[in-house]
Amino acid sequence: MTRISSILAWRERRLDTPLVLSLLVLALAAAIAVSGTAAMQRTACEVLIRLVAVVGMYVFIGNSGVISFGHIAFLGVGAYAAAWMTMEPGIKQQLLTGLPTWLGEASLHWLPASLLAGVLAAGVALVAGAMILRLAGIAASIATFALLAIFNVVYSNWDSVTAGTSSIVGIPTAVGLWQACLLALAAIWLAHLYSQSRFGLALRSVREEPVASRACGVNAWRQGLVAFVISAALCGVAGALDAQFLGVVSPDAYYLDRTFLCLAMLVVGGMGTLTGAVTGVLLLSIVKELLNQLESGVTLLGLGIKLPAGAQEIAIGLLMMAVLVWRPGGLLGTREWGWPGRRGARGGEGAVPLARAA
Amino acid sequence: MSTALQYLFDALSVGSLYALGALGIALIFGVMRLVNFAHGDVMTFAVFVLIAPTIEAVTRLWVGAWPTPLLVLSVLAVGALLSVLAEWVLFRRLRKASPATAMIASFALGFVIQNLLLMLHSSRPKAVNLWPQLNQPVEVLGARLPALQLLTIAVAALLLAALAWMLRHTRAGIEMRAAAEDFQMARGLGVKANRVIMLAFALSGALAALIGLLMVNQTGLVDIRMGAPMMLVAFVATVIGGLGSLQGAVLGGLLMGAVSTLLQALLPQDARAFRDAFLYASVIALLLWRPQGLFVTGAQRQRV
Repeated sequence: MTRISSILAWRERRLDTPLVLSLLVLALAAAIAVSGTAAMQRTACEVLIRLVAVVGMYVFIGNSGVISFGHIAFLGVGAYAAAWMTMEPGIKQQLLTGLPTWLGEASLHWLPASLLAGVLAAGVALVAGAMILRLAGIAASIATFALLAIFNVVYSNWDSVTAGTSSIVGIPTAVGLWQACLLALAAIWLAHLYSQSRFGLALRSVREEPVASRACGVNAWRQGLVAFVISAALCGVAGALDAQFLGVVSPDAYYLDRTFLCLAMLVVGGMGTLTGAVTGVLLLSIVKELLNQLESGVTLLGLGIKLPAGAQEIAIGLLMMAVLVWRPGGLLGTREWGWPGRRGARGGEGAVPLARAA
Repeated sequence: MSTALQYLFDALSVGSLYALGALGIALIFGVMRLVNFAHGDVMTFAVFVLIAPTIEAVTRLWVGAWPTPLLVLSVLAVGALLSVLAEWVLFRRLRKASPATAMIASFALGFVIQNLLLMLHSSRPKAVNLWPQLNQPVEVLGARLPALQLLTIAVAALLLAALAWMLRHTRAGIEMRAAAEDFQMARGLGVKANRVIMLAFALSGALAALIGLLMVNQTGLVDIRMGAPMMLVAFVATVIGGLGSLQGAVLGGLLMGAVSTLLQALLPQDARAFRDAFLYASVIALLLWRPQGLFVTGAQRQRV
């Protein structure tokens, strides 16, 4: 018995999925770094930052099956935290008078700043998640939506610390393609290790069979909270990278539009698997870029084509709905990628997520 | 005394808007367990027919220039039709999907509707001044209130009464309640699933349009993003009321109105900007105490 379970455990603990995904990401980043234009490199960097965010969302949504509309708030928390930690003290103390002195004088390197931003987001998630996860499936989703709104109201009005709705500018832009790539790889490995750990397995068992897993002694609330905190930390890091890539933060950059885009990526790729999260980001980013080009106008076969603003979101929304109707498991299905020839591990029914209980 | 009365009327008028919004969401949740995130955008779409589509800054009235009864009817009809269309095209295909899948699809639909409006009207808020006389103050028991506030309360009360009557005494209403209670059983007893669901969507869409009309008169603006805040409050109201319970949704909406007015009155000046944050936080805190909602009955409790 022990033998069998240890073999199963060993089989489960294979590392080829994150390896394949990291190689894919690394190859794409390298190709663009070597041969891409400056504009392409910026886009690739944006995509990698988005990858950190969506993989972060996968850690909670994929494993728990509870849709969260609130994770973009953690991006915002991380982005502002990075601004507080990395900006030139002189400018900062003038602009953000409400910052405590020790923070006002701080001027951190991008990496510790990003990691600390993740820690702050995790702390916020610990408090918020402890409350929200008391609710069952659908009600919890609505509460995460309320969380996003709370973030937006607070950061839009807390003028002395966040400069209100006017953006904070002048954040050192220390993050480029390689910095983002490093953390994207770290996010992929962390997400994989989490979902193969006993915490990840326990949470997926709650997703699949809430009653049976409770009978086996799984504390659904605690397991959900662990995932919520880890995923918020990743989202916080993504936000910090975003701020240090763009050099600007504003509360509305971390609201509904971004929520929609990130959820669309997760859904289109398949929210039950890490493969789905990663490929969803890559696929939709390509689609988004193409539409971007079309919106700014291109000439094709002598015809000038220019889509009106909003066409991008409509196309992504329609794609998302089509996937939900015809392939609710996501375009990539419910299997993780592995080495060619080996059957990938199942991400499970997570494909069709959530709470049949609801 | 008159200040207290003023607050009472504020709470009632805000609360009745929230209640109508929550009712629109609960109607659909009741028959098909769908949390309809597109509800707010259906509302926005319906009021946008008031003005002619143009991406220029000037507003030209379109339906808004029609005679009042026709105007109201057309706006409600647009809301109802769009909602039914959404059911017919999208949600019908998701009936067997998990509630989360359907919910996220409705979120996508809301975005599509919003961006369609962006395409047609640009993202600028536009001024629409329909019935300026409604903003004249009226004296009631020593309190001065805008006429619109009284109208909102009256319309909401009338509609709620009419809906309550419909749900209890007409065949369609009874079918709808039966479907909300146990959809399979209701079908087994001869309730036409498609008809009931269509009706729920139509009612919900018309309710959304009505809220939109009332809101436009309050603010004098139409904005492609006006749906989201309304929808969020309505959602939270349905959750506190207990998902799926129609009475719960109405009571939840009124409660949200009362709490938000109270916060407005009691919060110190510099904390008022954070009112909505306090509102949502207090509601989430409330749910810690009763995770199933405040007014939930045994039959509606989620079973594991």
